[in-house]
Amino acid sequence: MSEPVISTAPQGAPASDSSDPVRALVAHADDNLVLAQRLGDWISRAPELEEDIALGNIALDHLGVARALYSHAGHLEGKGRTEDDFAMQRPEREFLNALLVEQPNGDFAHTMVRGLLFDAYQVELWTDLSGADDSTLAGIAGLALKEARYHLLHTSSWVIRLGDGTEESHRRAQAAVDALWRYTAELFEGAASEYHDIWRKVVGEVLDEARLQIPDDPYQRSGGRRGFHSEHLGPLLAEMQWMQRSHPGLEW
Amino acid sequence: MTLEERFDVILAAEDKIEPADWMPDDYRKTLIRQIAQHAHSEIIGMQPEGNWISRAPTLHRKAILMAKVQDEAGHGLYLYSAAETLGVDRDQMQTLLHQGKHKYSSIFNYPTLSWADMGTIGWLVDGAAITNQVMLTRCSYGPYARAMVRICKEESFHQRQGYESLIRLCSGSPEQKAMAQDALNRWWWPSLMMFGPHDTDSTHTEQSMEWKIKRVSNDDLRQQFVDMTVPQADYLGLVVPDRDLRWNEERGHYDFGEIDWEEFWAVVKGNGPMNRDRIEHKVRAWDEGAWVREAALAHAAKKEGAIT
Ligand SMILES: [Fe+2]
Ligand SMILES: [Fe+2]
Repeated sequence: MSEPVISTAPQGAPASDSSDPVRALVAHADDNLVLAQRLGDWISRAPELEEDIALGNIALDHLGVARALYSHAGHLEGKGRTEDDFAMQRPEREFLNALLVEQPNGDFAHTMVRGLLFDAYQVELWTDLSGADDSTLAGIAGLALKEARYHLLHTSSWVIRLGDGTEESHRRAQAAVDALWRYTAELFEGAASEYHDIWRKVVGEVLDEARLQIPDDPYQRSGGRRGFHSEHLGPLLAEMQWMQRSHPGLEW
Repeated sequence: MTLEERFDVILAAEDKIEPADWMPDDYRKTLIRQIAQHAHSEIIGMQPEGNWISRAPTLHRKAILMAKVQDEAGHGLYLYSAAETLGVDRDQMQTLLHQGKHKYSSIFNYPTLSWADMGTIGWLVDGAAITNQVMLTRCSYGPYARAMVRICKEESFHQRQGYESLIRLCSGSPEQKAMAQDALNRWWWPSLMMFGPHDTDSTHTEQSMEWKIKRVSNDDLRQQFVDMTVPQADYLGLVVPDRDLRWNEERGHYDFGEIDWEEFWAVVKGNGPMNRDRIEHKVRAWDEGAWVREAALAHAAKKEGAIT
């Protein structure tokens, strides 16, 4: 495979500083919150009732992890920011989630492939962080790891069924891989680069079993960790933050 | 003893009819209709509350709401399973729902227009559901009665959470309180309608009572609900939108005004504000998922083929 060509944030955008622990926590929290927000949209729209429940459970898991990480970030930062301050009061440019999780749900194949690519990353991330010196973070990561393994099982078994199902499902699953692969290199910027290879192996095995191809196109997009997002995040935040923005300062 | 006598003995002894027991055809049909309608209500009910998941004002409220909608999906699942013990399958029931031949609770044909609707639905709609369902935990059909025990526990939890969220609104800013009052204005009457027509106009009540499927009449349940709910509205400082509502010392109950039966029947017949939208949403999700379900079957068949 060719070396990735990374399209990154423009010149002049602030550099990301992954050595700042608060910033790193917020980035992980943002990943989980944005994905929870996306998955929540499936509730009542899934292909079958069991899947409404499964996607809702996964969304709730991600939401729970996001809340724990925001609270911890607020505590470390020491400025009194709460989980809702992080979630509801920051503009788009301050969100540090990876571009992958903000991509639209698309069809069920897109959601499952996005999940596979992300869950396989999170399994490695939480495995790593469950040994962190910061014991609160290690605790959150330990719980999140169990959940991520279940999420990965769920998404990989669906990707296999879709890839190796009917002609239509194969076509849709391949289209999803083609569309989303470009958002994967970004996940492994900085400290996470260490587990890129294992992630590539895990995902590769699932895609093989699903008879799906990794696209030849070396193009990769980056910038989410620096607040340089795709155009999909803004509307998601506008909807999510609407109550707090239109009724500032109230308790709910 | 004939099968029919045995059935009557079980009913008289307050024992449960189980799936393998003989039962009259009409008993079976009535139960299928009622349990399916109940299951469909849980499922259609996911839509009005699902409408606010993305906009919940805090992460805590978002998590509560998501979990509640999940619970409702779970209720739908248990209830479809209970109905399946009577010899129909879930796909058949769903098809009838999609074709408009099966009904669901009319309450879900009203739109959710503000955040306060989430608390109000928990308080009134789950509250009315509990009032109905507590009686169903003693229903003569075993699988339905047992499903109701589990569901009732979760519904009371939903009701408490809904009420708690309204307490927060009502002790908040004037605009929050106004939001809660507006929601009560819109949901009060539809909630009373959840108990169905007057006993004198209810076609199924008498037979259902004889079969011990239904234990309390529509009007008695509605009265129970009003008696329980009005003091809760008072505590919130909200005004129930009924000029005829007053405590009747003699009866030991609240008197309340007459339901707009024209509206009631219009919504039952499919002409409420959201009837079309609810079914269209449901059918769209089902149709859009067809290729996914086909893929799962095709994949399973391939695996099966590889093994044998
Ligand atoms: Fe329910
Ligand atoms: Fe409920």
